Amino acid sequence: MTYTQILYDGLWKNNTGFVQLLGLCPILAITTTLTNGLGLGIATLLVLIASNVTISLIRNIVPVAVRLPIFVIIIASFVTATEMFVKAFYYDLYLVLGIYLPLIVTNCIIIGRAEAFASKQTVGHALFDGITMGIGFIFALGMLSGLRELFGYGTLFANADLMFGPAAQFLTVTVFENYHGFLLAILPPGAFFGLGLLIAMKKAIDLRVGIK
Amino acid sequence: MPFKTSPSPFLYAPTDTSAIMRQVLYALVPGLVIYVYFFGWGVVINVLIASLTALSSEALVLWLRNRPLRPSLSDGSALVTAWLLAAALSPFVPWWMTMLGTAFAIIVVKQLYGGLGYNPFNPAIAGYAMLLISFPADMGKWPALTSQPGMLDSLSIIFNGHPLTVPTLDALSGATLLDTVKNSLKQSYTIQEIQQHPLFGYMGAKSVEVINGVFLLGGLWLLYKRVISWHIPVAVMGSLFLISTFFFVWDSGIYPSPLYHLVSGGVILGAFFIATDPVTAATSNQGRLIYGAGIGILVYIIRTWGGYPDGIAFAVLLMNITAPMIDYYTQPRVFGYPK
Repeated sequence: MTYTQILYDGLWKNNTGFVQLLGLCPILAITTTLTNGLGLGIATLLVLIASNVTISLIRNIVPVAVRLPIFVIIIASFVTATEMFVKAFYYDLYLVLGIYLPLIVTNCIIIGRAEAFASKQTVGHALFDGITMGIGFIFALGMLSGLRELFGYGTLFANADLMFGPAAQFLTVTVFENYHGFLLAILPPGAFFGLGLLIAMKKAIDLRVGIK
Repeated sequence: MPFKTSPSPFLYAPTDTSAIMRQVLYALVPGLVIYVYFFGWGVVINVLIASLTALSSEALVLWLRNRPLRPSLSDGSALVTAWLLAAALSPFVPWWMTMLGTAFAIIVVKQLYGGLGYNPFNPAIAGYAMLLISFPADMGKWPALTSQPGMLDSLSIIFNGHPLTVPTLDALSGATLLDTVKNSLKQSYTIQEIQQHPLFGYMGAKSVEVINGVFLLGGLWLLYKRVISWHIPVAVMGSLFLISTFFFVWDSGIYPSPLYHLVSGGVILGAFFIATDPVTAATSNQGRLIYGAGIGILVYIIRTWGGYPDGIAFAVLLMNITAPMIDYYTQPRVFGYPK
């Protein structure tokens, strides 16, 4: 397993959002604005990196029979730490993300990568896999939440100051002035339509380029 | 001299898809004409916009899918979708909303699932529901029946958002009867008091009851032509009638009469033209009765206790999902096989 392979897997070929379809619950529920999507994506990335590294470090001393409970405990600790961190430093974002932040613990991406990858690979590989998979997840969340925010509210990066502080307010772009608002894109069905179209687009690109 | 013989059946009716769709379109014409008479030219403009959008988006998807254009475009199914959607829309909706709803109906609801015959949901009603949940304010804006906008006013409303002769659209628009009744009931008026409202006609919404009567005639013609079977319309209207009679008898002060429920809103159009869509409805006769009864009951529930004034769109969509299951449990016994 080379690093380029891991990179390609995480960002495109095995993208958690578009191909593995793991973590659908946050993908569908939280992607109403770009800020929310990126916020959750970054939190997931942090947990993924930390859990991948830890599990890879202890992979030789964990008995096979009880590996899953141990993985879950490790992941739960990191999720709790992340939740507390967001609650302490980004309280407004914490209020927006709500239950989805602690629910990262049930996100199949993390236990999936722990079981399928980190528990069998060296620390370096596991770390790099955590980074690329997490960035792939952020990419999927970002695409979907950007599209939904654009069509739903006609803006991009609304409430960016929740995440990056008041200095980030310049990020908020009103793309369509006097936009009518398209509620469907914001409501849950919009997430399903949007994700379906993005998956179709990914497949179309693969077909065009000739990747099986 | 050789005779050309073909296998049975020897008597048949030429009922291919395009013939059936044509008959549905014919049956819609009288209702639409009366609709124009009461609500002005906006209806005609909506029908035109919807038809053009339906045909062009169907052509676009067929072209993308490398399918032959002619058979699908000429079978009239896209036109039926467009006309039904236009018949359900207020004549005041802006042009892009009609286009968006029709394009969504054809591209997403019909063609993404594989085209005519494969769509689990009725395209017209799904397009309508999409517009209803996306743009509740515009979809609830109906003409006040006191004055109809003329041709130029209608064009201006649809394309510019305001009429030409009167200053604002609000001067021409008002709530529908279903809306009024719902709001007045919330303010604890009794039905008897609400019936004094000028929107009330003989049995239900003024003028709308006449439009629905003509749509009923069109539906009966479809029944006579055997394009549709009696089961679904009878089950929809029968179940709605029964459940509304029950509550009307229970307390006629807060539950309106069964006739009001039948002739106001979109029940007649839905029961004859939309719920009977052969692709999305249940197919066995027993199943059709269950399917139709489900629609009638859901309409009553949504109208009486739900958040929307009319529930026919959501009722049909909800029963569309259950149609495969209803079919599964109501398969008729094959002759010669045990039950």
